[in-house]
Amino acid sequence: MRLVARPNRNSPLRDAMMPVAAVAASLLICAVLILLAGANPLTAFGIMAKAAFWGKFAAPLILSGLAALVALRTRFWNIGGEGQIIVGAMAAAWVGALTSLPTPLLIPFMLIGAALAGAALAAVPASLKTRLGVDEVVSTLMLNFIVMYLMQALLSGPWKDPVTGWTNSPSILRAAEFPVFWKGTRLHLGVLVAFLAVGVVGVIMKRTTLGLSMKIVGENPRAARHAGLDVTRVTLAAALLSGALAGLAGAGEIGGIQFQAIASISSGYGYAGIGGALLARLSAAGIIPAALFIAAITTGADEMSRQTGVPFFIADAMQGICLIAVLVAMTLSRYQIRFRTSPERRATP
Amino acid sequence: MSIVDLVLDTGFFAAAVRLAIPLLFGTLSELTAERSGVLNLGIEGMMLSGALAGFGTASATGSLWLGVLAAIAIGMTIGAVMAVLVVNLRLDQTVTGRGVSLAATGLVFYSYRLGFGESSTPPSITPFSTIPLPFLSDIPVIGQVFFNQYALTYVAYLLVPALAFFLYRTPAGLSLRTVGENPQAAAAAGIDPIRARILALVVAGGLAGLAGAYLNLAAFGSFTFGIVSGRGWICLALVVLGRWNPIACAAAAVLFGAVDAFQLRLQASGAVDLPYQLFLALPYAATLVAMILNAKRAVGPAALMQPYDAEHR
Repeated sequence: MRLVARPNRNSPLRDAMMPVAAVAASLLICAVLILLAGANPLTAFGIMAKAAFWGKFAAPLILSGLAALVALRTRFWNIGGEGQIIVGAMAAAWVGALTSLPTPLLIPFMLIGAALAGAALAAVPASLKTRLGVDEVVSTLMLNFIVMYLMQALLSGPWKDPVTGWTNSPSILRAAEFPVFWKGTRLHLGVLVAFLAVGVVGVIMKRTTLGLSMKIVGENPRAARHAGLDVTRVTLAAALLSGALAGLAGAGEIGGIQFQAIASISSGYGYAGIGGALLARLSAAGIIPAALFIAAITTGADEMSRQTGVPFFIADAMQGICLIAVLVAMTLSRYQIRFRTSPERRATP
Repeated sequence: MSIVDLVLDTGFFAAAVRLAIPLLFGTLSELTAERSGVLNLGIEGMMLSGALAGFGTASATGSLWLGVLAAIAIGMTIGAVMAVLVVNLRLDQTVTGRGVSLAATGLVFYSYRLGFGESSTPPSITPFSTIPLPFLSDIPVIGQVFFNQYALTYVAYLLVPALAFFLYRTPAGLSLRTVGENPQAAAAAGIDPIRARILALVVAGGLAGLAGAYLNLAAFGSFTFGIVSGRGWICLALVVLGRWNPIACAAAAVLFGAVDAFQLRLQASGAVDLPYQLFLALPYAATLVAMILNAKRAVGPAALMQPYDAEHR
């Protein structure tokens, strides 16, 4: 017996329902897991939904989702979002504590510094790929670990908070803290930056030559070369944009939430962004609901775990299952799945 | 104590071999999958699942070898799932692999908490003890380094030439390599690329599970959340360093076992006053540097990461 995927007729309705079905399927699987832990899945999901909405995790997930989107569109396999978020956060934490800067410049410089740091880190695997052919899947993964340990080393040594002696960087200046739009919420400048980035990336991908070039390079590099596109430059541009977006996610965490660099500044946002980008079917606007959903899983799981005793590791499981479910659903909406017992023959039209 | 003294005794080399074995199993696993044209980013999750299945079974039944079998079985199961996703359904290998690893990690930690609860002292088992091989372990230096090891280590030694023989000297091995280079040509020659890739992933899963089993049934004796901690990703790089050849991959794994043993000793010796995190970063940095130095010569299977569609030739 064998599973055969065959091209299917286009159906906009099926396309639109696809992420919904994927989410439903993964919730169903997780309901079974929650039952196994002896809790009521409906109560658990209820707590997750309540805890999560407009949760503080949405902004970094939107930005890291956009970062993944840009890279995936160009088929630059940037698994390095995590490391790029970390260097962005480090840059923002460093700039934000500078007393030599005039205060109105602090926040813009934090954002610029974070974007540059993220882009610079992404440039490493990108140029290694385009110049030497080093596989970016592995190099970006390795860089995540290197950057993570490097930051931890700095935080436990030269960059340690001199006042408290704890393993975090000195706090940023008061003037460097991002303004909050509604009192009592976590809606800070970083959230606005995230929403603006959705618009900017949307325009770049849909309305500019660069966006179209990235799409062509991603879909068929050979055709791109024949069309006279400079594949190396397009790949580099995508990597830089992707890294800058991830870096901004780090700036938001520093300026809006933590106000200092801590070891756990990015708890998997970089990896979660890949899931977000897919859930959004690689459309910029779709990133917002996708990020909110993933934020619901992650923040909600924490709260749910506290109230029901279900281990909070369910968040990772849910994310992974959801990622796979989305991929399967994407395939199901484009192909018919047939079980065949005979060796396959050419499809008769 | 100087840095040179750190590496100049048999204890160091024996530790290097001990640390290299999980990398060796993992690298052979990844190699098998990649030779068939599938990049297996699920390896990290497979290793972790193998570690928990091995530990859980061993502590429930008291039999370490049943633990090993369970680890292989769970690895093969995840390999089969991965095969349905990336071979049959032709999903993207990079993203699917990450998804499988993420889901497996979550499920493993979740089931560990359900099964073993939350306790300050993690439950442990009595791990395998080393078995000195008669005669061979009496050879000066080499004997103590290579032949006073765990039974699973000897299995790993045998696997390297076995896999090399399979790949380069048997028709099935040639088929597998052809599928990884050019599945269309393989199909034209009467080989079924889909079947070959499914089998390769199932075997790769079993080997990755074995790597996990080694980590807690031989090396550590208990399950911790950081037991695999990126070793699977290192194996991906080691396959590139070993240029998709089992013997060279084994050498790469031993080299990285040595880097790992070196950073542990350097940390413990206090000879260098640096934050320990820098030592933890060392294997990853060394991997990256080695990949850069090796870049021009490392050319992988031509059809790596390309899904095979029987109906589009």
